Amino acid sequence: MTEQSTSAVSINGVTKRFGDVVAVDNVNLEIADGEFFAMLGPSGCGKTTTLRMIAGLEFPTEGSLQIFGEEVGTLPPNKRPVNTVFQNYALFPHMNILDNVSFGLRMKGVDKKTASAQANEMIDLVRLGGMEKRRPNQLSGGQQQRVALARALVNKPKVLLLDEPLGALDLKLRQDMQTELKSLQRELGVSFVFVTHDQEEALTMSDRIAVMHDGQLLQVGNPEQLYSQPVNRFVADFIGQTNLIDATVADDEMIVLANGTKVRAPNPHPPGTKVAMSLRPESIMIGDREAVPSESQSTSLSGVISSVVYLGHSVVYTVNVDWMPLEVRVPAVAGVSRYEAGAEIAIWWDRLSDWIVPDEGYRG
Amino acid sequence: MSTTKQLRGGAKWALSVNAVLVYVFFYAPIALLVMYSFSNDNLVGRWGGFTLDWYRAFGENQEVQNALSVSLKVALFSTLISVILGTTAALALERYRFRGNRFFDALLYLPVIIPDVTMAVMMLLFFTQLFNFLDAVFGIRFAKGLATVTLSHIAFSISFVSIVVRARLAGMNETLEEAARDLYASRWKAFRYVTLPLITPGVVGGALLALTISLDDVVITQFVAGPGSTTLPVYVFGLIRRGVSPLINAVSVVMLAASILLVLLSLLAQRARGGTTA
Ligand SMILES: Nc1ncnc2c1ncn2[C@@H]1O[C@H](COP(=O)(O)OP(=O)(O)OP(=O)(O)O)[C@@H](O)[C@H]1O
Ligand SMILES: [Mg+2]
Repeated sequence: MTEQSTSAVSINGVTKRFGDVVAVDNVNLEIADGEFFAMLGPSGCGKTTTLRMIAGLEFPTEGSLQIFGEEVGTLPPNKRPVNTVFQNYALFPHMNILDNVSFGLRMKGVDKKTASAQANEMIDLVRLGGMEKRRPNQLSGGQQQRVALARALVNKPKVLLLDEPLGALDLKLRQDMQTELKSLQRELGVSFVFVTHDQEEALTMSDRIAVMHDGQLLQVGNPEQLYSQPVNRFVADFIGQTNLIDATVADDEMIVLANGTKVRAPNPHPPGTKVAMSLRPESIMIGDREAVPSESQSTSLSGVISSVVYLGHSVVYTVNVDWMPLEVRVPAVAGVSRYEAGAEIAIWWDRLSDWIVPDEGYRG
Repeated sequence: MSTTKQLRGGAKWALSVNAVLVYVFFYAPIALLVMYSFSNDNLVGRWGGFTLDWYRAFGENQEVQNALSVSLKVALFSTLISVILGTTAALALERYRFRGNRFFDALLYLPVIIPDVTMAVMMLLFFTQLFNFLDAVFGIRFAKGLATVTLSHIAFSISFVSIVVRARLAGMNETLEEAARDLYASRWKAFRYVTLPLITPGVVGGALLALTISLDDVVITQFVAGPGSTTLPVYVFGLIRRGVSPLINAVSVVMLAASILLVLLSLLAQRARGGTTA
């Protein structure tokens, strides 16, 4: 209806308050059509509230919310072209699977025969054929999950909202469903907005991820950007594992670590700024002290190994550098001997693999 | 060791005797009542051989029949109204947060706690004042009768209905209604197709409870009843005052049977599909 570049969901300066609690704080967000978009953050950060505002189950206190260019601010949920997969599925216990799945179509006024036909098609798509007559409590958790998906997708929503849809499943089933969800999304080409507090799940499934904390949107980007270029300490810490080393900016090339060591770390911050250097365990190299390559002299530290954990495909060393322990993960190569605890070694890293984030304030 | 065992044995024995006594205490009167309702003797407590005469008299006695018909009319009508009002009140209190929510919550339990006599006096006072007012202002004259009895029954039944329905609503996940709304159901349709079917056992249970209470009530009814609005329990009460006849036994047995049946149905209804809302 509008030009092609219209976002599926467009959130502008949206705030949601519950009494004194600010659940969502001035969030700006564009979700593209056909995108697999994850909202990631710790418990209570406002993910569900954001999702519920898109669904119309909650109305924003301030700001504008558009779905495909249409302002939906206080439109009731039944008037919005979106559907939700609820955290605990919320299947209707008094209806069988077929009636559950055809509910949305029936409410839209589709006649019973057409609705049943389309529902059956969807039930087959999520591989539940033959279970149409069962009640929800006669299905396993994974099957209920798929009913919830079918019940939402049969309405051909323009955006599908999923609130921790895999939260209640065990690990194996969870991984299967991740793959299944992802391929379903590709097949249908519908935008999925997926809420989770599991960063690994978000990283593996999503085109883009929004990281939230305390109602604020900290960063939006693709998994690689979030992993390698976090905007602040919180994101760096939340996405994947990392070593966060406190430091002070000396100049635009150098920072000073806690024990006075200067290391090379190009950064845009004014001298004296408190920062943290994020070093991923797998981007740190380890070796004898005299083995530090000359080009890495200015990005190295000496330390003592305090523990060694062998993980099969890799070895994780805990290295004490004077004032703090760092985690270092190196591939386990057959035939190459490993260091023992107590060994005095050096660690170094590539000049491009560190990442400097402001220490205070989540917005940088 | 052995002493404790003996003590335990003693305690057990005492408890068993106690249980037996309690049951005797409970059920002996009922057994006697039922037995003497079949006794062919004009004195209530004397066995004169088996007869169905008293039940026949129950069926033929015009006064009893009138009272029964009043009882049924009042019970059915007051139940119908109180189910509608009680369910609506339950929905409002359980699903909507509004100012004074807590206050109304407490108010709703009041009729359950208030002694019958107090309630009766309150209702009587209320109707008297209302009738005086209507007479003085509009010149319309009302008298106590079927309407006052029914209104009083509605007044106390609402509480019972809404307590039972609320228990059901509280156990029902609110997300289900949201899911219905998300699936294009209007508020009304969400209620009609999701909420209502799920609380129906509670509504039916509440209705049966209201029916039972209405059929059993003596105290309140007696205060607000007028000529021609004597219910069966009130009639029985009147009979006793005039002197006991075994006819009372027969009427009582019928009322007892009806009450037990209704309470059982009510329990069954409340339990029905209890597992599905978890
Ligand atoms: N209806 C409500 N009334 C009052 N406060 C609420 C309400 N809903 C949410 N909140 C508050 O808003 C904040 C954000 O809640 P929200 O449910 O969006 O978090 P979440 O990110 O989904 O967390 P989780 O991962 O635990 O589900 C929390 O502090 C929560 O207590
Ligand atoms: Mg949540």
